[in-house]
Amino acid sequence: MELVVDNLGVARGGIPVLEGVSFSVSAGQALVLRGPNGIGKTTLLRTLAGLQAPLSGKISLDREAMAYAAHVDGIKTTLTVEENLHFWASVFDVPEIESAISAFELEALRTRSAGMLSAGQKRRLGLARLMVTGRPVWILDEPTVSLDQAAVAMFGEVIKRHLASGGMAIMATHIDLGLEDAVTFDLGHLKATSNLAENFDEAFL
Amino acid sequence: MMALLKRDMRLAVRAGGGFGLGLSFFLIVVVLIPFGVGPETGLLGRIAPGVLWVAALLACLLSLDRVFSLDFEDGSLDLLATSPLPLEGVVAIKAIAHWLTTGLPLVFAAPVFALLMSLPVNGYSALVVSLFLGTPALSVIGAFGAALTVGIKRGGLLLSLLVLPLYVPTLIFGAEVSRRGAEGQDYTTPLLMLAGVSFAALALLPFASAAVLRVNLR
Amino acid sequence: MASIWEYANPLKFMRTSETILPFVAWGASICLVVGLIWGFFFTPDDFRQGSTVKIFYIHVPSAMMAINIWVMMLITSLVWIIRRHHVSALAARAAAPIGAVMTLIALYTGAVWGQPMWGTWWAWDPRLTSFLILFLFYLGYMALWAAIENDDTAADLTSVLCLVGSVFALLSRYAVNFWNQGLHQGASLSLDKQENVADVFWYPALVAIAGFVLLFVTLVIIRTNTEIRARRSRALLARERMS
Repeated sequence: MELVVDNLGVARGGIPVLEGVSFSVSAGQALVLRGPNGIGKTTLLRTLAGLQAPLSGKISLDREAMAYAAHVDGIKTTLTVEENLHFWASVFDVPEIESAISAFELEALRTRSAGMLSAGQKRRLGLARLMVTGRPVWILDEPTVSLDQAAVAMFGEVIKRHLASGGMAIMATHIDLGLEDAVTFDLGHLKATSNLAENFDEAFL
Repeated sequence: MMALLKRDMRLAVRAGGGFGLGLSFFLIVVVLIPFGVGPETGLLGRIAPGVLWVAALLACLLSLDRVFSLDFEDGSLDLLATSPLPLEGVVAIKAIAHWLTTGLPLVFAAPVFALLMSLPVNGYSALVVSLFLGTPALSVIGAFGAALTVGIKRGGLLLSLLVLPLYVPTLIFGAEVSRRGAEGQDYTTPLLMLAGVSFAALALLPFASAAVLRVNLR
Repeated sequence: MASIWEYANPLKFMRTSETILPFVAWGASICLVVGLIWGFFFTPDDFRQGSTVKIFYIHVPSAMMAINIWVMMLITSLVWIIRRHHVSALAARAAAPIGAVMTLIALYTGAVWGQPMWGTWWAWDPRLTSFLILFLFYLGYMALWAAIENDDTAADLTSVLCLVGSVFALLSRYAVNFWNQGLHQGASLSLDKQENVADVFWYPALVAIAGFVLLFVTLVIIRTNTEIRARRSRALLARERMS
């Protein structure tokens, strides 16, 4: 399996931000997106996840292959850790949650309500959610926010195992996760430039 | 799908007031009406069907903005939209969960409130049947309004402005069923119309709501 | 033959519409002045209603426009949803306040006419009630446009609201009819000559209606062009901020 992104253009709030984004990720590979704030990393990731339509270009894999994790985790504070994971597992039709719980060392927090978790613990739960999607391509937007060093290492291990089992990961992060053969992709030079003078209608895009 | 329904019900129960809030609001309206119009039994009995229906409608409106906004804020809606569940199904399930937590309790509680409003006894069955068939439409139409306003901060007032005009047909047929029931007339026609509105809304509106949610998520 | 979709280009739309604008505007003024003066001063009084009947020359056209403008918004919303032409969405947005005002005029003139005729300013008659509901739909539609910052999102959401709203408006019309049989007379004008009002009333009424239609076209062209310019300047500003 391979994810090929060809000449992708994405827009935020109706205004083109990136254009000509082309890369490919093969099974077992991780891609790290780099670029200054506001360049459009989140927009690109949301487009890849299928939450918004691209302005142009193609994405070779269907959105059914993507698992998306953003700044907010989709965790319900009134449900327990276990209930949260169970819910997403049954939505994605994945039979068990034990490997996700043990990978992020959530055993002791199992029956605690998610509202009582610290920010880092909550983030761990949010990332554990990825493991119960059963999907090959993980799309991660700043996954390490509020994680301490031990948790970052934990997360690094999880990603390595995911890649070893033939998965892929595309992430926007500034932190080194210890992934040796991760490819870095710089978005800096792909900022959208359209000539307004040429086409009046352009101002409407 | 069932998991989503179970989760939404659980959230409603745990958040406290999932079931209680709408009912209490219903009760307050019913208590306030006699203060407004006077305690005369005949008058109360005559306006009871309409008052109970308007109260049900407002009670339903009260909890609408929570249908999607909580899931929108904590990112669950993004994740649900990328999940294998069709978004139309998600919308329908959420509307059903809303009905189970607000509409259905009203149906069961209606006879008690009807008693407070001195509704003639032979009107009880028509009232309960009309609420049972009509309140699902309120939830489904309301979910459409909630989907429209999900991205808007403090969209509650706008939500009411958008949803209330859409409630007109349901209210008219529902109140007509229960009014005719109370007066001992035949209420087959409005009842069929009411059921028609409910089922058509349930079958078609989730598509519009899902389309609108997709726009709001992008 | 040029395709109608050429006018989906904002620039082309603005150029063409501004060329025809003076003609439409003059046409509107002439039709309104002629139609209303003819109707008010050169038609006989009704044998029962006296001169009050003459408010008919404002009431009927505005009521027709109130409904027609919503239909126009429905069509332009569909064009936006299907073909994504920005001018179409902006035209719908531009038309809404005009429609709301037409509805208000119809309600107001109706009340003024109803007072001497029925002895009441307002009755919960099906037609009156339907118009009040239509007014609420206009309000909701405009409020939704105003509440959303992103123009394309707003266009999408209001278009769906217009579609769903149309279905419910129609449903409300039938529900309201079912709910109460009213005081209001049947349609005053119809193409079927048998039921129609007499020719002396009919011709000035036609001129007045043409005047209202042209007035609407004038206003909608001006407002749409304003919306296009506002939209363009917002887009340019946003781009400047981002670069």
